[in-house]
Amino acid sequence: MLKYLEPSIAAVTQTVRLSKISRRGFLGSTGAFALAAYAVPARAFDTYATGATGMPHGVVEDPLIFVSIDADGTVTLVAHRSEMGTGSRTSLPMVMADEMEADWSRVKIIQAPGDEPKYGNQDTDGSRSMRHHIQAARKIGGSVRTMMARAAAAEWGIEPSVVTVEMHEVKGPSGQTLGFGELAEAAMAQPVPAHEEITYKSEDQFRYIGKGEVQITDLHDITTGAAVYGGDVRLDGMKFAVVARPPVVGGKALSYDATEALAVPGVESVHELPQGGLAMKFAPLGGIAVVASNTWAAIKGRDALKIEWEAGPHGGYNSESYMAEMVATSEQPGTPARDQGDIEDALANAARTFTRTYTQAHMAHIPMEPPAAIAHHTAEGLEIWAPVQSPYTTRTDTAAALGLDPEKVTVHVTLLGGAFGRKSKADFVTEAALLSRDVGAPVRVQWTREDDVHHSFYHTTSAERIEVALDENDKVTGWLHRSVAPSILSTFAPDEGNVLPIEQCMGMTDVPFDIASIRCESGKALAHTRIGWFRSVSNIPHAWAIGSFVGELADELGKDQLTMWLELIGAPRTLDPATSGLPESFWNYGEPMAEFPIETGRLIDVLTRAAEGIGYGKDLPAGEGIGLSVHRSFVSYVACAAHVKVVDGRITVPEMHMAIDCGFAANPERIESQLQGAAVMGMTTALHSGITFEDGAVIQSNFYDYDVVRSDNFPRKVVTHIVSHPFSDHATGVGEPGVPPVAPAIANALFAATGERRRAMPMGVEV
Amino acid sequence: MINLKINGRDVSLDIDPDTPLLWAIRDDIGLTGTKFGCGIGMCGACTVHVGGRATRSCITPLSAVDGAEITTIEGLDPNSNHPVQEAWRDLQVPQCGYCQSGQIMQAAALLKDIPDPSDDDIDAVMTGNLCRCMTYVRIRSAIRQAADGKKGVSTDG
Repeated sequence: MLKYLEPSIAAVTQTVRLSKISRRGFLGSTGAFALAAYAVPARAFDTYATGATGMPHGVVEDPLIFVSIDADGTVTLVAHRSEMGTGSRTSLPMVMADEMEADWSRVKIIQAPGDEPKYGNQDTDGSRSMRHHIQAARKIGGSVRTMMARAAAAEWGIEPSVVTVEMHEVKGPSGQTLGFGELAEAAMAQPVPAHEEITYKSEDQFRYIGKGEVQITDLHDITTGAAVYGGDVRLDGMKFAVVARPPVVGGKALSYDATEALAVPGVESVHELPQGGLAMKFAPLGGIAVVASNTWAAIKGRDALKIEWEAGPHGGYNSESYMAEMVATSEQPGTPARDQGDIEDALANAARTFTRTYTQAHMAHIPMEPPAAIAHHTAEGLEIWAPVQSPYTTRTDTAAALGLDPEKVTVHVTLLGGAFGRKSKADFVTEAALLSRDVGAPVRVQWTREDDVHHSFYHTTSAERIEVALDENDKVTGWLHRSVAPSILSTFAPDEGNVLPIEQCMGMTDVPFDIASIRCESGKALAHTRIGWFRSVSNIPHAWAIGSFVGELADELGKDQLTMWLELIGAPRTLDPATSGLPESFWNYGEPMAEFPIETGRLIDVLTRAAEGIGYGKDLPAGEGIGLSVHRSFVSYVACAAHVKVVDGRITVPEMHMAIDCGFAANPERIESQLQGAAVMGMTTALHSGITFEDGAVIQSNFYDYDVVRSDNFPRKVVTHIVSHPFSDHATGVGEPGVPPVAPAIANALFAATGERRRAMPMGVEV
Repeated sequence: MINLKINGRDVSLDIDPDTPLLWAIRDDIGLTGTKFGCGIGMCGACTVHVGGRATRSCITPLSAVDGAEITTIEGLDPNSNHPVQEAWRDLQVPQCGYCQSGQIMQAAALLKDIPDPSDDDIDAVMTGNLCRCMTYVRIRSAIRQAADGKKGVSTDG
């Protein structure tokens, strides 16, 4: 066999490419300027508290960890968060480079391995990368610029205050210049300055921050096939494995016959993996692994296995009857999560009440890259290459599974071919680690699409019942929201059917309506499959219910949707937790309420922008309608206005307007990109994505029965409106908050177009 | 023994002739720009050109391409500057990027067959290429731009 391209360990390291400015400016470019290191009294940007300090290993601000500079002037910046498409691998280094006065074209970016004690928290989820790390990125950049200025001043024997730093160069008053490369060694030997010693840029001095003009760092490699994802790493002597996992979580192979599998050419060995189940965190599900000399042989070998499965305790899970039970539970009082005013009194004294119930099926993330990971276990330890959102958890989980000291485990993070929460859970990596130990060679575990659909950590399924009390003037005087959904907690601990406060606080207990009496309750639901987090998490069912209900209430009361939303939101104000009946455990995405309050004025602003953008209220032909929804999540505010048009009996969405207020917009180009994606992913959750179970096993298998929106039916026009803020209005989440308002906006638009109200998600695409 | 030409190079493969071209390209030839997405020809991540035609390599057995000329994303253009690749960079189409080599290979084949496609042509041909990040808005703009051979097309749709 001739191989013209012999892959080697060298292919493992991602190609490092110098950074580029986009050829077409996004928001126009700025002029050059000189930044004095000490020309004005040192003025720090006003730092603010975030939830970052509450995250494991917090934030590291040491420039010596994140920045290295070569003698030729190349500035190497470390990206410590995982890149799954949000752009954080570009945007955080961009912030560092800007504050450093580094020339972006001379910056290269390397990916940190999983090492939180060194780099700070690396758990890339919760829409936290920019929100938690932008201040540190500015400090790191400002530190290096200051160290450069001091080193140059020392070299010239002058005061640092007369030195300026501009585009990779330090300049003295007599025309002296020293480049970053020339100064690198001396600058990096300078003491790291304290925050107060650094003169930060003013916002009009930003070159890259807030402009949206830098190219994402992997753009060239993505378009040439050179970008390295989880399955793309090749080690010498590597084996290829696929795993037959129990169809039902907690099940196991009672017996198996591998005779025919071992007869498949290329199949080398068959291994039994330890049984998994619920409440086992991210442990693998177990099953029978086939190890071969290439992926195809492994797949054929697996097909040839004869396995007798035992379903275990969850073999009776049927999602249809389970949904009926959840709806019944929602009819009964639950455990209050928020209690403001007197809901019993409001309902008892109401002129009338209005009640609706909404449901949502499980969903799977189905990133385009199915899970895949490489592990190499040796006497020295364990080395891993994997597309993981949580590289440090991957390190500790695999270490625990193999009984190793985590110090003996190295986790290299590849690019993630989509993740959406699935790749926070490193079960697939642990499979590779166990198999590498058993085989005594490097092993790549490849999940097929069927594996991915059948064995995910699924988005919860839920029933959401909302009842309001109306007075004789149709004013809403009471709001009772009951949510019933199996909890993420069941993945971590024995299940008692109760949800976590963080799940309740994602769009239910924090409902921002100006209603005298508000109660939010949760009913019990025991999990029968692995529940995980999916982009936007519990905000999806909560926003689906609340947004749809507002549309229904508007119709019931003969009002337009915009008027109804504005009435319910009320006057611009900051929600006061003390007087809003919020519990002690209220969770504001981990952020301090004082810094990241719930501001209804911002909801009104984005809602108004989206509604005006799409021309809400304009006359439309029969079969067309506009729907509105707005939702705060991940401390950002997003409104969606969707225009639905029924074409040949099918729901189409020709135009959508997405308006976001995410505080300071650090990289508007990637924010637009995320919102464009969220619009269509929201449309997918609305119309297509439903995972259902029968006898404990997932019914769907691949894209033929778990489809997504394709290019024959995507919104042809998606307009993104980004609210502009100064840096002092803290940057908030972007990756997730775009999704929740989309499905209810589409449901409201469908109703406006057809008069048909759909309350079960996915709604289906046919009318 | 299967003989084929890939990106201009002659390759001989002594493996199971039922092996899908995708896995031969990735595991045996060692080119990893072509991606696995579904294994049933429904997502387009594995799209390559066989004899100039866009082909789903995950459902194409090696035996069907004996003697064929195959182009992968790595060989689309000698300088990696095919107009589709340039338009993709200009509009910063990718998010995670995983599906994009298949999208680019499909789009390049589309423009070869239909140099001035209508929007309906684009949507119809590209409907077999999934993107879970949902970059469709920019994909269509980029194909339009590559077809028009000019810059500055709106990314609004």
